[in-house]
Amino acid sequence: MKNPISFHINTEDFLPASKEERQSLVVMRESVSFWQDGFRRLFRNKVAMVSAVVLLLIIVFSFVIPAFYPYRYEQQRKGAEYMAPMRYSQEEHDAIAAGERVFPHILGTDSLGRDYAVRVMVGGRISLIVGIVASAIIFFIGSIYGAVSAFFGGRTDNIMMRIVDIIYTIPDILMIVLIAFALKAPMQELAKKASFAWLNAMGVNLISIFIVFALLYWVGMARIVRSQVLSLKETDFVMAARALGASNGRIIRKHLLTNCIGTLIITTTLQIPISIFTESFLSFLGLGVAAPMPSLGSLASSAINGINSYPYLALSPALLIALIILSFNLLGDGLRDSFDPKLKQG
Amino acid sequence: MLKYVIKRVLMGVVALFLVATITFFLMNLVPGGPFEFEKAVNPAARAALEAKYGLDKPLLEQFKNYLSHALSGDFGPSIKQRGREVNDIILTKFAVSARLCGITVIVALVIGIPLGCIAAVRRGKWLDNLIRVFATLGIAIPGFVLCTVCLYFFCISLNLTWLLPLGLATPASYILPVFSLAFYPTSYIARMMRSTMLDTLGQDYVRTAKSKGVANSSVLFKHALRNAILPIVTYLGPMMAFMMTGNFVVEQVYVIPGLGKEFISSIMNRDYTMIMGTTIFLAAILITLNVLVDIAYKIIDPRITLN
Amino acid sequence: MGIYLLDIRSEKLSFFTQAGEVKALDDVTLRMREGEILGIVGESGSGKSVTAYSLMGLTAHPGKLIGGSIEFNGHRIDQMSEKEIRKVRGKEISIIFQDPMTSLNPVYTIGNQIREVIRLHTGKSRAEANAHAHELLTMVGINEPERRLKQYPHELSGGMRQRVMIAIALACEPKLLIADEPTTALDVTIQAQIIELMIDLKKKLDMAIILITHDLGVVASICETIAVMYAGKVVEYGTVDEIFYEPAHEYTRGLLNCIPKLDDKDRTRLVPIEGVPVDMLNPPIGCPFAPRCNSCMKICLTRVPPETVLSSTHYSFCWLQKKMEFEEGAAV
Repeated sequence: MKNPISFHINTEDFLPASKEERQSLVVMRESVSFWQDGFRRLFRNKVAMVSAVVLLLIIVFSFVIPAFYPYRYEQQRKGAEYMAPMRYSQEEHDAIAAGERVFPHILGTDSLGRDYAVRVMVGGRISLIVGIVASAIIFFIGSIYGAVSAFFGGRTDNIMMRIVDIIYTIPDILMIVLIAFALKAPMQELAKKASFAWLNAMGVNLISIFIVFALLYWVGMARIVRSQVLSLKETDFVMAARALGASNGRIIRKHLLTNCIGTLIITTTLQIPISIFTESFLSFLGLGVAAPMPSLGSLASSAINGINSYPYLALSPALLIALIILSFNLLGDGLRDSFDPKLKQG
Repeated sequence: MLKYVIKRVLMGVVALFLVATITFFLMNLVPGGPFEFEKAVNPAARAALEAKYGLDKPLLEQFKNYLSHALSGDFGPSIKQRGREVNDIILTKFAVSARLCGITVIVALVIGIPLGCIAAVRRGKWLDNLIRVFATLGIAIPGFVLCTVCLYFFCISLNLTWLLPLGLATPASYILPVFSLAFYPTSYIARMMRSTMLDTLGQDYVRTAKSKGVANSSVLFKHALRNAILPIVTYLGPMMAFMMTGNFVVEQVYVIPGLGKEFISSIMNRDYTMIMGTTIFLAAILITLNVLVDIAYKIIDPRITLN
Repeated sequence: MGIYLLDIRSEKLSFFTQAGEVKALDDVTLRMREGEILGIVGESGSGKSVTAYSLMGLTAHPGKLIGGSIEFNGHRIDQMSEKEIRKVRGKEISIIFQDPMTSLNPVYTIGNQIREVIRLHTGKSRAEANAHAHELLTMVGINEPERRLKQYPHELSGGMRQRVMIAIALACEPKLLIADEPTTALDVTIQAQIIELMIDLKKKLDMAIILITHDLGVVASICETIAVMYAGKVVEYGTVDEIFYEPAHEYTRGLLNCIPKLDDKDRTRLVPIEGVPVDMLNPPIGCPFAPRCNSCMKICLTRVPPETVLSSTHYSFCWLQKKMEFEEGAAV
């Protein structure tokens, strides 16, 4: 057996290769940080990106557009009640005849002749505010409570968690309905006093809703944060940091916080649709924001009463609320897939 | 195990006491008693009425009285529905709601679990995508929207009067309420089942089962399903709570004489005894169910039994 | 039926991931006689486990066999239907996995899981299977088998669970037992016990064993032949003596330099293999080991080394061997 392949091998081939030549072969994959990796994955997730864009559009529509809109949400017009979309009232027809330009009622008007499009936009604003503020409240109370409980451990943790367990056992929706109902009148009383006039500006019921969330809904968040901090405290890298002499502050900032923050953001994002859901539910039962302020829930529920004659009035708030909740859910799912390495799947 | 049961039951009792306390004092926070709206009530008659219902005594004493009665299972007479006991109203109305919710729970489990399994097994295929779209939509549509759309579409547009759920008299009348009520939990269960099933199918013991020569169907049903289904049990508690929320809406829209509708109308009517009775009753049911579910979870998961 | 129990010829297996094709196995050729103990050594990701799983048709999701043949006991495993191959799994070929803590189903008792494999392949009744399971537990050295059969996996220690896994694997007296790093997840003292148990059972039942490991010490003490794998290829194959005393591939030499010797009087330093394992998504065009090889030559960078047959039981894929042949040829 004589070199079957020798005809295309020559001595030069067997010269040693230099280190540089060897190294040039190694294609090193660039190293990416946790955040870079997560964002890259998020940007590649089409569903999550579309949801983010939709949410951005909804935010522009509900916060910016109403300021320039030719109609105001509480502005009533006699003779313009229950107009179908794109119709004009007699008065407006006269104005057009006189040469004025009248902005169309894109979604028609409601039972008091209010422009429905601007009401839906403002309703979206209220729902978004409720969702975001309530989630922020839950986020702060829950994460501080959970972190404190986990950090001190022992008896403190035990007592604090028993309280959480008990609040968790209380059926929250019953309490929410009751509290929203019971707070309605006292809050209105309070708002009449001069120093509490700001309550009126924000809407009395909105405040009640926030109180309800602040009282009851934080327990889930507290549990998540506590278990996160507890399990992180046990991890090898925190042990290693401690063994290397890192201070408590550094461990909390560098290790606990960076590892928790992903879960916290995801949980908070997924909390927003739940809050919006609850607000719309309360509004539907007549315990939500007070008239003339519209929320998507109250718009939909008042439209339901007239659904036989004016079904289109129910359509737009219902669609918008579903769209907001859907987008937040999908964005939250996308965030979870991108930033929670434990849930990463091939 | 016994320690856990005791702890769990105790916690339930404390929570229930808290509910009763909060409810009682919240009700007293509302200005204007139950007789505010009564026409032409002179002060003397009003005082007599208040004395009759014990509303003239100090607050704490009223509370003590109420608790001791409630403990013996007596929620007193309804203030607005003259001559009827709160107990009777609750029991008759609850039967209606319980049947509706029971059917819904079964429907949600029977449809949601297989959907989730199919999606996991057919992962990435069109069937999986279809199920995921359905499930994602399902948890984004608020119950009252779904109810309204169903009512409008089926009963008004298509004029299918036999589907009208008025009073839940016929089997067909259950279709719309059950559908509206089950839509969210079914979607939720399907999503959850899909992810736990995927998780389980990637476990080492599933690989072991395959290496033993176990048939695919048996790998799925014997080895994976039982592990994947355990976390679903933890959702049963929140699902009960959801059932109640959904029930308020469904009974309101479809005009079903259940406890949910009763609760809302008692709030609107400021029927104190009715509100407290219903709240405590519903809370007791929910808390009991939750405790039972938690204990059941510990029993069926052999890994936890010993701890 | 040939003289070999197992005959793998130029097996090619790729994982089709989103990032691209990963050639997990590239031209793997291996042979085993009945009753032989073959050790497969190599770094993590070199394709040891993938080779083993492919013998049982257990290739995980994006993986696909795209070439070559696998013949076991005269039958082509790679051409079998799912139903046929199921009759091989657990009966003809069994496997013990790396992590006994997660390899047993947590919601079924030990007895249930042992009986399952017995009843699947032998058609014994429940009582007969239970008696058999009892025997098996005694055989793998678990005392109080009666009680253990009724227990759940979490009630057993890691070493005990691995014994149960062995009992399941041996239940139907397979012709080939694959042990995929059976001791990696266990304590050192338990490791020795498990290895001893396997040698013991091998004598009793006389099956062939494929031992996948990166512990060269274990390989030296129990294996007859060794396959060294690197980046999805078998780079050297030979008997234990040939591999340990006449290593022909630079990677094998590197591995051997990493073992401390107890009788080392000169206090020679251990020499680590420098660099990192190959990125399997972008493997080098030439010899995969070239970037880390201290004797690397120009040809290694551009061309895959061909097979050099050193004896009837010893072959390797290294240009250095070809260089020697070339120089001998030139000298003649």
